Amino acid sequence: MELSQHLLSILIWLPIVGGGALIAIGDEGDAASSRASLMRVVALLVSVTTFLFSVGLYVGFDNAMSGMQFIEKQPWVGSLNVFYSLGVDGISTPLILLTTFITPLVVVAGWNTITDRPAQYFAAFLILEGLMVGVFSALDALLFYVFWEAMLIPMFLIIGIWGGKRRVYATLKFFLYTFLGSVLMLVAFIYLYGQTGSFDLFGFMAAPLSMSAQKFIFIAFLLAFAVKVPMWPVHTWLPDAHVEAPTGGSVILAAIMLKMGGYGFVRLSLPIVPDGSEYFANMMIALSLIAVVYIGFVALMQKDMKKLIAYSSIAHMGFVTLGFFILWSVSGSAGAGLGMTGGMVQMISHGLISGAMFLCVGVLYDRVHSREIADYGGVANTMPVFAAFMVLFAMANAGLPGTSGFVGEFMVIIASFKANFWYAFLAATTLILGAAYTLWMVKRVVYGEVANENVAALKDLNAREFIVLAILAGSVLLLGIWPAPLVDMMNSTIDQLIQQVGQSKL
Amino acid sequence: MDWMDYIVAAPEIVLLGLICLVLIADLYTDDDHRVRTFRISILALVLMLLVLDGSGSATRTVIFSGSYVSDPLSQLLKMAAVVFVGVTFLYSRDYLRSNDIHKGEFYLIGLIGLLGMMIMMSANSMLTMYLGLETLALSLYALVAIDRNNVTSAEAAMKYFVLGAIASGCLLYGISWVYGVTGSLQFHEIAAAVRMDPSLNSLPLWFGLAFLIVGIAFKFGAVPFHMWLPDVYQGARTPVTLYIASAPKLAALALFLRILSDGLGGLHETWSGMILVIAVLSLLVGNFVAIAQSNIKRMLGYSTIAHVGFILLALFCGTEQGNAAALFYTLTYVVAAAGAFGMIILLSRRGYDAENLVDFKGLNARSPWFALMMMFLMFSMAGVPPFVGFFAKLNVISAVIDSGYTALAVLMVLASVVGAYYYLRVIWYMYFEEAEDKAVLQAGTDTRLVLSLNSVAVLALGIVPGWLMALCIQILG
Repeated sequence: MELSQHLLSILIWLPIVGGGALIAIGDEGDAASSRASLMRVVALLVSVTTFLFSVGLYVGFDNAMSGMQFIEKQPWVGSLNVFYSLGVDGISTPLILLTTFITPLVVVAGWNTITDRPAQYFAAFLILEGLMVGVFSALDALLFYVFWEAMLIPMFLIIGIWGGKRRVYATLKFFLYTFLGSVLMLVAFIYLYGQTGSFDLFGFMAAPLSMSAQKFIFIAFLLAFAVKVPMWPVHTWLPDAHVEAPTGGSVILAAIMLKMGGYGFVRLSLPIVPDGSEYFANMMIALSLIAVVYIGFVALMQKDMKKLIAYSSIAHMGFVTLGFFILWSVSGSAGAGLGMTGGMVQMISHGLISGAMFLCVGVLYDRVHSREIADYGGVANTMPVFAAFMVLFAMANAGLPGTSGFVGEFMVIIASFKANFWYAFLAATTLILGAAYTLWMVKRVVYGEVANENVAALKDLNAREFIVLAILAGSVLLLGIWPAPLVDMMNSTIDQLIQQVGQSKL
Repeated sequence: MDWMDYIVAAPEIVLLGLICLVLIADLYTDDDHRVRTFRISILALVLMLLVLDGSGSATRTVIFSGSYVSDPLSQLLKMAAVVFVGVTFLYSRDYLRSNDIHKGEFYLIGLIGLLGMMIMMSANSMLTMYLGLETLALSLYALVAIDRNNVTSAEAAMKYFVLGAIASGCLLYGISWVYGVTGSLQFHEIAAAVRMDPSLNSLPLWFGLAFLIVGIAFKFGAVPFHMWLPDVYQGARTPVTLYIASAPKLAALALFLRILSDGLGGLHETWSGMILVIAVLSLLVGNFVAIAQSNIKRMLGYSTIAHVGFILLALFCGTEQGNAAALFYTLTYVVAAAGAFGMIILLSRRGYDAENLVDFKGLNARSPWFALMMMFLMFSMAGVPPFVGFFAKLNVISAVIDSGYTALAVLMVLASVVGAYYYLRVIWYMYFEEAEDKAVLQAGTDTRLVLSLNSVAVLALGIVPGWLMALCIQILG
């Protein structure tokens, strides 16, 4: 069929062209003007249409196939042998679906709350969506890099224009940190290009590399991906960016952009430099465990809700990297697969949960204009429906069985048990710490007596907010109870990946 | 001498004729109708494009007893120079008119400078090169001083003249040593002499080489011969800065390629070390000092120094790939630089130069379209994909890594991160700050259109960079 051959291109370019159209038409008049309403409707239509196309991706995806599907390949830059080459497998498809699923929700969440330049706001998110899908589907290293860096531009503007008081500091830090991490990846790509003669990722994977080259390439990749994940100790941009970003920006940042780092490890680091990855695996496990335990304690002490969720994101992403790099410590491919699958499930689940948590904070912030935990208390009295959602998402964040948060964490903990008791022991502290920081926050914000007049005057969710949170709650529960479709989608790809990583390239 | 020679050299000859025509036409024009001179100049440039298109050949032709060369490289560089001089005239017209310095001399001297550049691009002997260089340099000194009542302009012109004269002297001194050692002024004969008699590759020739490099580095504005550049960029009226920042960079590239690659390519081992030091210093000094600037013209001046560092690092490789990367980098950098100075002119108006960074505050509220255009230009200069500046840097880094200098490549990308900061600051002012100045932008439709095309070009060239890269490789391959 014609359509399925270009499905990925549609998913990339439809939102980008839609966003470009919004910029071209532009803002005029205030946020209540008919022009602004039109912009919102167009943005929603584009993002929903993109989501519907991505359903075609889900339907047409063949779980049994471990290789790439929906492949497109066109020459792009002839003199450098660069191809516009796209394709997806069981690792990238769930992340693309997550991207197209979250973006319409973000558009709806920003519906009335963005009064300043709505056209530019929605355009930035749409363009960002296209670029993120591009990152997840690029099979050419240079194309990947172009999408990867271009992604920074809309996010830089989103935080800088619509962010909080210290937005300029936060967004510059975000941009420069991630830019610094990425440029060395570019050097690694060019080095590999020199070895293989093209930027084809499969060519990179097949190329034999010496141990020292592998170590350098691993470090270069590590800087790029560790900043994105973010791993301790290069995580410091995240709390600032999250706190200052507008709600939609925080949601995209937490739900999808952080996943780029994890995706990079599985798509690039592990298959391209398997021996280098093995060499550094223990260091990666250590960094992951520090993220889980230490950042968990840091989260406990936060006074700002967004900061708390930001730190909890870092801790949860520690599970992802732990799941990936535990590969060599586990005997038997079943255990390795469990860690890897757990990490992937955790990425998807964290995308939904953290997105939902940031939306909950956004709901409160829109009403009270404060993110301080101390400014709230007894919200359940005035906003019972909201309180129910918030408690559900908090439970999911703490990894309660029955929610999606449990599935990934449990898989990773089981896999670490097979590797080393102490890994599992430290990883499992998250069940206590996660519950402590999330539920303590919920206790202080949602329960208790009505704390002040602001809280007393709160109105419960409107229909728009309800729909967004209900959709997210539904998916968190669905994945928690029935994760099989997600896991089935990833299985054959992960099996093949583990096999590939097991073969030395020396 | 063959009459065919005159056809090969037709571009310069026709341009000289047209300059005389503009000179005479301008005599009969009063200040109120100075726009006629502008129109005639633009027509002359369009005619030049046609002549260049007609006179070009795919092969290398050396004429005038070996002192003039016409090849695809000179053809491409000349066409680009003509286009950018035309763009400069177009951006400048309204500014000059509203600031009462709309003199015919601007266009006239601009065209004479173009003639100098074209002679440099086609030079095949040291003396032809020197002739073109001086024609260009004298035009530039005069252009900087065009607003003679302006103290900073006069100061900048004086500084430029004195330092430029010293640099020209160095170049000439270097030329005399090279002539003394090799017995020829023509680049191919110099190359042949060095190849035939390796014993020439020794101290006397190196001594001359060092002086040549001083002259070349001065023209590029490379550290440590960069002192004139920020002062001239800041002191000159913005249209003149635009002129200096665009087309002459192409001529400087020709200067390097003709002298050091064509003529003294055999001494690559000797000069590459000197170029490496100059290039790395330019990269670092340019990027770090640009951070501290509050005047955007001065900031772009230091950013030019950093870009020159990249161009020189590409040339430092001495490979065909490196030279092609330098050509691509220079061409695309000139596109972005012309756009950026065009934006400064766009924001200026009568008696007011938008030359401080703060003047860009809140541009997104005043004109979302031109804020977007400026953002394209800044991200392109910072080397962020998908803009063309990224591919320019990619080519250079790729050439450097292929020559075996991976550590140098790491240094280059790290310097780019430092550089990103000051470009981001422009975007920050445009998008994240409130406007201090709410005046409506005044510019003609043609200026707006060309400026938009110029800025969109950095995005378009970034999305389809392949043809231009292939062209550069074909020309220098």
